[in-house]
Amino acid sequence: MRIALFATCLADTLFPEAAKATVRLLERLGHEVVFPLEQTCCGQMHINTGYQRDAVPLIRRYVSVFSGYDVIVAPSGSCVGSIRHQHALVAARAGAAGLAARASELGARTYELSELLIDVLEVEDVGAYYPHTVTYHPTCHSLRMTRVGDKPLRLLRQVRGLDLVELPAAEQCCGFGGTFAIKNAETSAAMLADKLTAIESTGASVCTAGDASCLMHIGGGLSRRESGVRTVHLAEILAAT
Amino acid sequence: MSTFLGMPATAPRGVGHLRGDEPFPAAAHTALANDQLRRNLRHATTTIRGKSGRVIAELPDWQELRSAGSAIKADVMSRLPELLEELEARVTERGGVVHWAADANQANAIVTELVRRTGSERVIKVKSMATQEIALNEALEAAGIQPVETDLAELIVQLGNDQPSHILVPAIHRNRSEIREIFLTAMPGVDPGLTDDPPVLAAAARKYLRETFLSTKVAISGANFGIAETGTLAVVESEGNGRMCLTLPDTLITVMGIEKVVPAWRDLEVFLQLLPRASTGERMNPYTTMWTGVTPGDGPQDFHLVLLDNGRSAVLADPAGRSALHCIRCSACLNVCPVYERTGGHAYGSVYPGPIGAVLSPQLTGIEDNASLPFASSLCGACFDACPVRIDIPSILVHLRNRAPHPKSERAAMRAAAYTMDRPKLYARAQRAAKLARIAGRRGRGLPLGWNRARDLPEIPAQTFRDWWASR
Ligand code: SF4
Repeated sequence: MRIALFATCLADTLFPEAAKATVRLLERLGHEVVFPLEQTCCGQMHINTGYQRDAVPLIRRYVSVFSGYDVIVAPSGSCVGSIRHQHALVAARAGAAGLAARASELGARTYELSELLIDVLEVEDVGAYYPHTVTYHPTCHSLRMTRVGDKPLRLLRQVRGLDLVELPAAEQCCGFGGTFAIKNAETSAAMLADKLTAIESTGASVCTAGDASCLMHIGGGLSRRESGVRTVHLAEILAAT
Repeated sequence: MSTFLGMPATAPRGVGHLRGDEPFPAAAHTALANDQLRRNLRHATTTIRGKSGRVIAELPDWQELRSAGSAIKADVMSRLPELLEELEARVTERGGVVHWAADANQANAIVTELVRRTGSERVIKVKSMATQEIALNEALEAAGIQPVETDLAELIVQLGNDQPSHILVPAIHRNRSEIREIFLTAMPGVDPGLTDDPPVLAAAARKYLRETFLSTKVAISGANFGIAETGTLAVVESEGNGRMCLTLPDTLITVMGIEKVVPAWRDLEVFLQLLPRASTGERMNPYTTMWTGVTPGDGPQDFHLVLLDNGRSAVLADPAGRSALHCIRCSACLNVCPVYERTGGHAYGSVYPGPIGAVLSPQLTGIEDNASLPFASSLCGACFDACPVRIDIPSILVHLRNRAPHPKSERAAMRAAAYTMDRPKLYARAQRAAKLARIAGRRGRGLPLGWNRARDLPEIPAQTFRDWWASR
């Protein structure tokens, strides 16, 4: 299958390993990956911070860059949620009805990585090997906006060598929330502290998730605490052999 | 009387409790530093979350019930004037008197005058968010009338000269030794040997309240529902103190937000299932009191219904935000909210705290007066999933952020970012420049952001993904 990759601005810039792993994984499974170079950002930060008008050109860009592809994948439940649930709404509110219609069509063809693997490519065992103790944090937007459900866990359970340990209060927000982490830095830090304590209590050496943004937040906290736990994007684990 | 309350106007300044003194981040600062408060809140919200989750799981049709509740509320909002007129006609037919209050000032004046006419210098009150919203107690006190809250937690708040911090558990921020102190200093006729044993505290409150119930002739209540087809008002509560208020006095004055009307009796079937399970984690609420106008020889013989707007028409006028009026005040969204759990209710500066407060208060007051509230959320979405009437709070938050005033520097940065991100070549150059940001140091000390408070910055990779792709 020919799959277009939307790397997301965050993975492209700060976490290229997550995007590279997505490419390696899909190619290993026998698919063709294309990366349209005109892509940049889905506009979620603008939308969620209250700059919907400024996001409209970014929505238009996403739609025009990816319209020609049947299947698009992003290694981010958060960006996929925004593309699926916000693009059409924001475009419609800006009076761009045509764009809204195309955006909602495209949203239905844009998948988060675990959804693509299980729902579209129908594979649960991706042939990965990852000999570490891992705990999974189901980021809020993957969980409640994109609704990936237990798909990431199903994929992780098939990974050889991987010891999956349950995260207490897993569904509690890690406190990132985009610009929330800056505008309400203290509250965000208090939420993060509880998440870090929960992660450390599992004894895992790796905390994984489907969103680079939350992992950046959690990883930043673990690093500050000089905790031994590392954060690794789900795609990297699934691409490991 | 006409239902036309004038052009949609927001709740007036200078009266009521919808505005805080400081923006949310500043108000949260104090609460975040209070470990005891955070432990109390965590314990209380975790307990009630668990209880509520268990009884909700018993209902196979919970999701359908939520949709039904949401549909009824949407219908109510689409024909609110008509339903309110119907309610007014039925209440009047049954011997009640209906008053229309455009805002807090009018409502307080109407109620104060009604109490004055009875000659009573004291009123008993059943817990009511609407009267908290308009600061009715303060208005009555200013007129020389003593309001006595009869809900135990509300009484603790009142005697402590405090503000409620939770919709359902107004004194959630107090522990029992604080409550003992409050009773000892402020409760008339209290036993000086009072201990902080919960049954002892409850007994002291009971004794005080019984005396008050039996000697007070006027009561003031809120309403959970007003049924248009029959003119029936309903109050649900757990302690039975509310029922005393609603049945013992001669005069009953009910202040009801105009959004609380429902078309028909059978609508209660839906809400009386949704509310207790989402709210207290009970299958059925212990006391449901309903009354229709005046019944000769039984209960209050003088009944007044004050229909309160106070900004609600303004909320109704915004199709993207109006579903905040669907709220049945169950507090489920507070109990699942990670921000509320850390900051408590006072940080929201309004009688409506938590996620619902973050969307309702700014709409009632006008966004300029509560501009920080729509940002007091990580948009985790737990509130939406918990809400028994399916209010999509995260979407309303995002909508309100778009209407909120923005700091100039932020606006400039966002514009610049959008400009760059719409130009791939410029964007790629900016990504490379980001490497230079490493001079800020991983601890982000060079950055004027709150990020470095508890988090390091990620290492900037040597190569962006697009550069890697191009070099492949
Ligand atoms: S918004 Fe929903 S969950 Fe929150 S108090 Fe209102 S009805 Fe309950």
